[in-house]
Amino acid sequence: MSKMIYMDNAATTRVTPEVFEAMRPYFTELYGNPSSAYEFSGKIAKDVNEARKTIAGTIGANESEIYFTNGGSESDNWAIKGIADQLKDKGKHIITTKIEHHAVLHTCEFLEEHGYEVTYLPVDEKGLISLEELEKAIKPETILISIMFANNEIGTIEPVAKIGEIARKHGVIFHTDAVQAFGHVAINVDEMNIDLLSASAHKLNGPKGVGLLYIRKGIKLSNLIHGGAQEHGRRAGTTNAAGIIGFGKAAEIAYRKLEETIRYESKLRDKLIKRVVEEIPYSRVNGDLENRLSNNANFCFRFVEGESLLILLDKKGICASSGSACTSGSLDPSHVLLAIGLPHEIAHGSVRLTISDETTEEDIDYAVDSLKEIVDRLRSMSPLYEDFVKKEKVG
Amino acid sequence: MSQVTEYSEKVMDHFSNPRNVGEIENPSGVGTVGNAKCGDIMRMYLDIDENQIVREAKFKTFGCGAAIATSSMATELVKGKNVREALEVTNKAVMEALGGLPPVKVHCSLLAEQAIHAALWDYAEKNNISIEGLTPPVNDIDETKEFYEMQGEG
Repeated sequence: MSKMIYMDNAATTRVTPEVFEAMRPYFTELYGNPSSAYEFSGKIAKDVNEARKTIAGTIGANESEIYFTNGGSESDNWAIKGIADQLKDKGKHIITTKIEHHAVLHTCEFLEEHGYEVTYLPVDEKGLISLEELEKAIKPETILISIMFANNEIGTIEPVAKIGEIARKHGVIFHTDAVQAFGHVAINVDEMNIDLLSASAHKLNGPKGVGLLYIRKGIKLSNLIHGGAQEHGRRAGTTNAAGIIGFGKAAEIAYRKLEETIRYESKLRDKLIKRVVEEIPYSRVNGDLENRLSNNANFCFRFVEGESLLILLDKKGICASSGSACTSGSLDPSHVLLAIGLPHEIAHGSVRLTISDETTEEDIDYAVDSLKEIVDRLRSMSPLYEDFVKKEKVG
Repeated sequence: MSQVTEYSEKVMDHFSNPRNVGEIENPSGVGTVGNAKCGDIMRMYLDIDENQIVREAKFKTFGCGAAIATSSMATELVKGKNVREALEVTNKAVMEALGGLPPVKVHCSLLAEQAIHAALWDYAEKNNISIEGLTPPVNDIDETKEFYEMQGEG
């Protein structure tokens, strides 16, 4: 392929050379097991702890509250199953939303099969939960509120600080899946009253295979991975030193450049959205235009189907993703698009473009020009468009 | 999004350069199958002469790569055949001609078979004839109101 424009940064990101260089020695030279007694390993354990400190600092946490995992899904599983088990005698009710990542949704469904009750809060057309409904859903048996920081498909940022306030007021533990937000949005666990937070390194130019769960001091939850005494005896498994060092570096860079990145990406994102909506008829933006991740644009194009669009984008060298059923392997389109009220027909024609600070203005123009051409072409083949045009003529 | 790599070269060819896209004015038969809710709709137009030979076939499809490729192949396969032979263009024949389909896409070839049948049924009804082995089409478009009423930007 001659040209490649990567616009799927919500799926994963590139490990930047700076991060890769920071990790390199921990594969070939500093390969010792940080848990071992000798000095060779002691240095590695110290470096791992430095990374822990760096990461803790980015969200206003203490290093003793950061627990490394193998990624966002594990962190979500641990937070939810861990609290569910720990507090099963107190209550068996969990509150979450309809637009969570499957790592949260399927974990909740698993718990439902084991006697727990789960409330799935609806969202409005922008993907925002209602704080009133959240407060109304809290019962004496509620043991956990798990609401994502920012949505992976439509980029909507939830009112996390207000959710934290409500959770604290009612004495309910608050977990947030911040996999899309960590490294992309300013987070302070104290100001936002967050008790548990999941994050993943590969969404912010770190390596795949490493994530974290922030656990507020004093919060008890059952272990998920049993075995050795790593991570203060709360998460077993040989410490992924290289991964953690890379995670630390990536977090440090992301938060050092945060404001600049947000400003840069927002400008490109807004241009992308503006051009698409103005130049492609019968298109719409999904998600909230204000409370939105700076890298996310999500569109629906009526009368066309998402997978066809993706393949044609791919042929033009553009990597994107879609919420159509055909790309998920199921018959239903994205649960997020359905939750914001889109009919199936329209949800099938969705495309998500997630940019990065390496995306250029030329990339945006190329993507819009390509989308215009492809949507046009697919519409010329679409019986739905044919019917629509005929109806318009009659009307 | 692994479908792209699972598609055969033939499928990619028929998706990227679909044959016989379009409409036929005053067709001998036209049939539409599938529904928008599930993400696939195929419409097939047939021009059939007095000797019951399919002179021309055209299609329009809303759907995934496989849906477009199977429509394209189905129109190729029925062209030049008489109506009885056209009826024998099964989903299996379409799939074979495309060098196979990923398992989750087999329903697309069924839709293509049904599109042929629906167009032939329309032809038979218009001409008041019966074609042996042809049954009425089962699949209709689910033309939900909101699809047409859904407006503009969010």
